[in-house]
Amino acid sequence: MSAPATVRDDAPAKLVLADFADAHLTRARMAFMLIALGLLLIVVSIVAAAFGSVHIDLMRAIADRSSADHAILFGARIPRVLMGAIVGAVLAAVGAALQALVRNPLAEGGILGISGGGAFGAIVALVVFSRLGGADLAIPVCAFAASLLSTLAVYRLAQVDGRLEPFTLLLVGVIFNAFWGAAIMLVNSIVNFYFTHSIIFWLMGSFEAPTYREVAMVAVLGTIGFAILIAHARDMNLLSLGDDEAADLGVEVDTVRRTIFVATSVMIGAAVSVSGIISFVGLIVPHIIRTAIGADHRMLIPASILGGAAFTVAADLIARTVIAPSELPVGAITALCGGPFFIYVLRREGRKSLVL
Amino acid sequence: MKIEADRLDGGLGTAGTPEVTADASGVATRAVAIRAIDLSAGYGNRPVLHQVSLAVRAGEMLAVVGPNGAGKSTLLRILGGALKPWSGSVELEGRPLGDYDRRAIARRLAMVAQENLVAFRFTVLEIVLMGRAPHLGAFHFETRHDLEIAHAALERFDLLGLARRPIQELSGGERKRVFLARALAQAPHVALLDEPTAFLDLKHVAEIFARFRELRIERGMAVVATLHDLNAAALYADRVLLMKGGAVAGYGTPEAVFTADNLRAVYETEVHVGRNPATGAISVLPGGGGSPRRTG
Repeated sequence: MSAPATVRDDAPAKLVLADFADAHLTRARMAFMLIALGLLLIVVSIVAAAFGSVHIDLMRAIADRSSADHAILFGARIPRVLMGAIVGAVLAAVGAALQALVRNPLAEGGILGISGGGAFGAIVALVVFSRLGGADLAIPVCAFAASLLSTLAVYRLAQVDGRLEPFTLLLVGVIFNAFWGAAIMLVNSIVNFYFTHSIIFWLMGSFEAPTYREVAMVAVLGTIGFAILIAHARDMNLLSLGDDEAADLGVEVDTVRRTIFVATSVMIGAAVSVSGIISFVGLIVPHIIRTAIGADHRMLIPASILGGAAFTVAADLIARTVIAPSELPVGAITALCGGPFFIYVLRREGRKSLVL
Repeated sequence: MKIEADRLDGGLGTAGTPEVTADASGVATRAVAIRAIDLSAGYGNRPVLHQVSLAVRAGEMLAVVGPNGAGKSTLLRILGGALKPWSGSVELEGRPLGDYDRRAIARRLAMVAQENLVAFRFTVLEIVLMGRAPHLGAFHFETRHDLEIAHAALERFDLLGLARRPIQELSGGERKRVFLARALAQAPHVALLDEPTAFLDLKHVAEIFARFRELRIERGMAVVATLHDLNAAALYADRVLLMKGGAVAGYGTPEAVFTADNLRAVYETEVHVGRNPATGAISVLPGGGGSPRRTG
């Protein structure tokens, strides 16, 4: 304890600054990991564009603009890969941000029922506005509004005596999921069967036949969201210590929380309105990255963006090839991976990291 | 106008208050670091604090003592700005707390809470580096200067060997030292410590207070600590604030405040007040409840 470091078993010699480069986030490590993840994303995307239920010749697709290969690659595969990448990036980044905000590694848009709320908003907008017109705009707006309401409601209801109770939070999420699922089935049973396919699409989560317009909409909103989350990455680190502790370290906690809730709700609303409920991406990806590279959100958020994109593009590749020529909804693939993963994290980390 | 523009010198040694001398006997001549005037506060409709006033000079240590529920932690939260008082005010280095924004407060005042829980597997070094956050711009990485400060803080609390361990793997006492080191990395002029010794064994209690004595002398750091242990308060604090039911029951030197009559009234039990033969400090022994052991 005295100033000249006493010699301990785990500290054989006096440790100097250079010994600690691996014990905190450095710019060099961050750059290396982000470049590696970026390359992974590029490789996965190329593979996903090249393979599918129908074989195409990439060379001919690029060289011959009138070929069927060209039409499949640019009309179907590429928008689908782009959509998978941007939605996956959004889901993983939102998961990481929500986990920091509620200090719970199991929090995620799907698990907390926020995506379910968004899907309900999207479906109501579809049903109402398909007659009135303007559904293209109304669907994402309603999905966002319903996501934000769900976020705020879950956050409020999980407070016990002014503290966010981790298991209560997860239970409230389960209830919200069940509630929104039932509400969606209710809508499904009273509207024209013409809507049924769209409703199932939102419930299961899928990248079926996206348009470039939809891709652009999610890309723009997602990019704004990424910028906001990255700008608050260090605040998220400090929030991991607790609200009071973060405030004591200079964070305007209420402002930051409001900003992140709105940003994540817009992001989830945008993602859900084009791809439905895709659960567990926001749980699996940040968890793997945290385990592999560390908890610092300045790394975790951008790494989750890249990793979430690669993961979801890969999951969608499996979804559309595993039972080809028929295809699974990608939400089924992520849920099949995510369910066991959730249990694993809960068992392994439960008491240790659900700390509040 | 909010005080925001000044990037503190932030570093070791020279942090703030130039009029502070290294002479421990000169306490009375130093500037007041933190002052509370007639604080009343509570939660919801329930009052917890009544008309509490105090002043702590640079380099001085004030121990806040009293039974459970006396309002000690509430007082600390108000001093740190986490809780707004119903009435009364707090002045940090001569200016109302409301004149500072959160980051400006964080560059002058560090708080270590009773419980130190962390949600994710940050390393010990990462936690200590978080103390540098109020000194850094939004997108800045910690510089070599920040790393040196964190390194010195780790060294002072004997944590160098634990620097790369995840915080969750540490014992309660080790974790407490990590949070004290984090507070130190903030380079504060005022440290607010809520039960800093709750999880520590005797050796570490003594060493923690020795470290803070060094910091008070070297840097003129003012320390306000809530303590359960009256003997530790008498031994280490310059002054004590004795609280009961949210009100001040005594304020002054340990000798003046820790009288048998005062303590009996506050703790509602029999106490014996004497002198520690080794240190000369006031020593308090419980005297109520137990029956004397029969020797016949």
